[in-house]
Amino acid sequence: MSKFMPFAGTMLKNLFSKPVTTAYPGQPAVYPERSRGHVDIDIAQCIMCGLCSRNCPPRAITVDRAGGTWTINRFDCVQCGYCAQVCPKKCLTIAPGYQTPGAEKKEAVYQKPTEPEKPAETKKEES
Amino acid sequence: MASKKSVVPFGPQHPVLPEPIHLDLVLDDERVVEAVPSIGFVHRGLESLVKKKDFKEMQYVVERTCGICSFMHGMTYCETVEHIMDVEVPVRGRYLRTIWCEMSRLHSHMLWLGLLADGFGFESLFYQCWRMREQILDMFEQSTGGRVIFSVNAPGGVLKDMPSDMLHAFVEKLNGFEQELHHIADIFLNDYTVLTRLKGVGILTPQEAHDLGACGPMLRASGIARDTRKLGYAAYGDLDFDIITSDDCDSYARCEVRIKEMYQSIALIRQAVDKIPEGDIAVPVKGNPNGEYFMRVEQPRGEAIYYAKGTGTKFLDRIRIRTPTFANIPALLKTLKGCQFSDVPLLILTIDPCISCTER
Repeated sequence: MSKFMPFAGTMLKNLFSKPVTTAYPGQPAVYPERSRGHVDIDIAQCIMCGLCSRNCPPRAITVDRAGGTWTINRFDCVQCGYCAQVCPKKCLTIAPGYQTPGAEKKEAVYQKPTEPEKPAETKKEES
Repeated sequence: MASKKSVVPFGPQHPVLPEPIHLDLVLDDERVVEAVPSIGFVHRGLESLVKKKDFKEMQYVVERTCGICSFMHGMTYCETVEHIMDVEVPVRGRYLRTIWCEMSRLHSHMLWLGLLADGFGFESLFYQCWRMREQILDMFEQSTGGRVIFSVNAPGGVLKDMPSDMLHAFVEKLNGFEQELHHIADIFLNDYTVLTRLKGVGILTPQEAHDLGACGPMLRASGIARDTRKLGYAAYGDLDFDIITSDDCDSYARCEVRIKEMYQSIALIRQAVDKIPEGDIAVPVKGNPNGEYFMRVEQPRGEAIYYAKGTGTKFLDRIRIRTPTFANIPALLKTLKGCQFSDVPLLILTIDPCISCTER
């Protein structure tokens, strides 16, 4: 059975209702809690094992154990969360908030803070 | 007097095509005599990446095969690997996969309805469809953290659980979505102008659909009841549903089948939410895959086939992905023969083409 102008109701309703889109950037975007925006690191907890770097599918992470730096190219990162999954210390997390656009592919470098001498107890545990 | 035939190139860039496919249309006046397809504009060689990425990393590559059924690609790959490794996914994990699968079908069909409306020049209907689709994408973002690429699958199960309140909130949202869908479906199925563009256009008889290996809604709209979900992968074995078919064999039938499948998807999500048990969502996977397996799943566009072969190392030896659009192209060419030139964009849309999938 064919109808004539069944869209008219929707059209009129649409005409007198508020827009469904938000006026970004005037109105900031709200991300849900689980949103995978970017990788965060708690660098103090990092043990520089390099598992994240070896498992990263686009190879966006570089770990320099000698220099104590953890580097991520945020433009290469695909926010899959596999690094956070394999991290043994769970110091990597996926947080909401996307990488801001830029003209250059800059890397974010995190320097591990120099630690004071470990007390002898830790050495005992290791042995 | 026989008229002179002319060849009109269609695509790879065309307003109706979201993705590049090229067709050489041989025309006799305004009537298409033959259509010669050529693909290969967005080939990425995903299958050969299997030599460089280990089988767990490969999941993140495979789910990028398609931007619409990315969840199903990831899930199918994981289920293939799980079958090779004899891993039993916990029941809750399987139910969660089913819910996400049906949400994917919902947003894929909604996207298709929008494109169809755009195809026959009904712009405001197109925007309404895509506005509704946003609700499903928001649900995906809330539950998986991504709107297009979800990264929740892993060999052994799923990575994120959906708590009970989230599941029930989703069902509530889907109730509202269903109400809105009634209005939209009414336009697609009953509007006079829409009917004139869809009814009797692009007839594909059941025999032709079978012989040309069509799949998904294209096949079911030709009256053949074949739905791979009935094989019972994920949690489909525990859910009750009938295969939706239509005997009209035309573009209208394809539209009708997809709309009815959306109602069915909502019903399946409700059933899954009612039946989902408590428990683990994944099991740890140890070792490397050794063996081979064929897996068939029903994606929104039709049946996808995955083949994987492992030789006991962490890198799979071979992976093969057969996507539904690839199977539907011969059927498309059949429907194009003899159609009017102005119906070509619409007929290409009715197979719900996903060229990125096809070319992998």
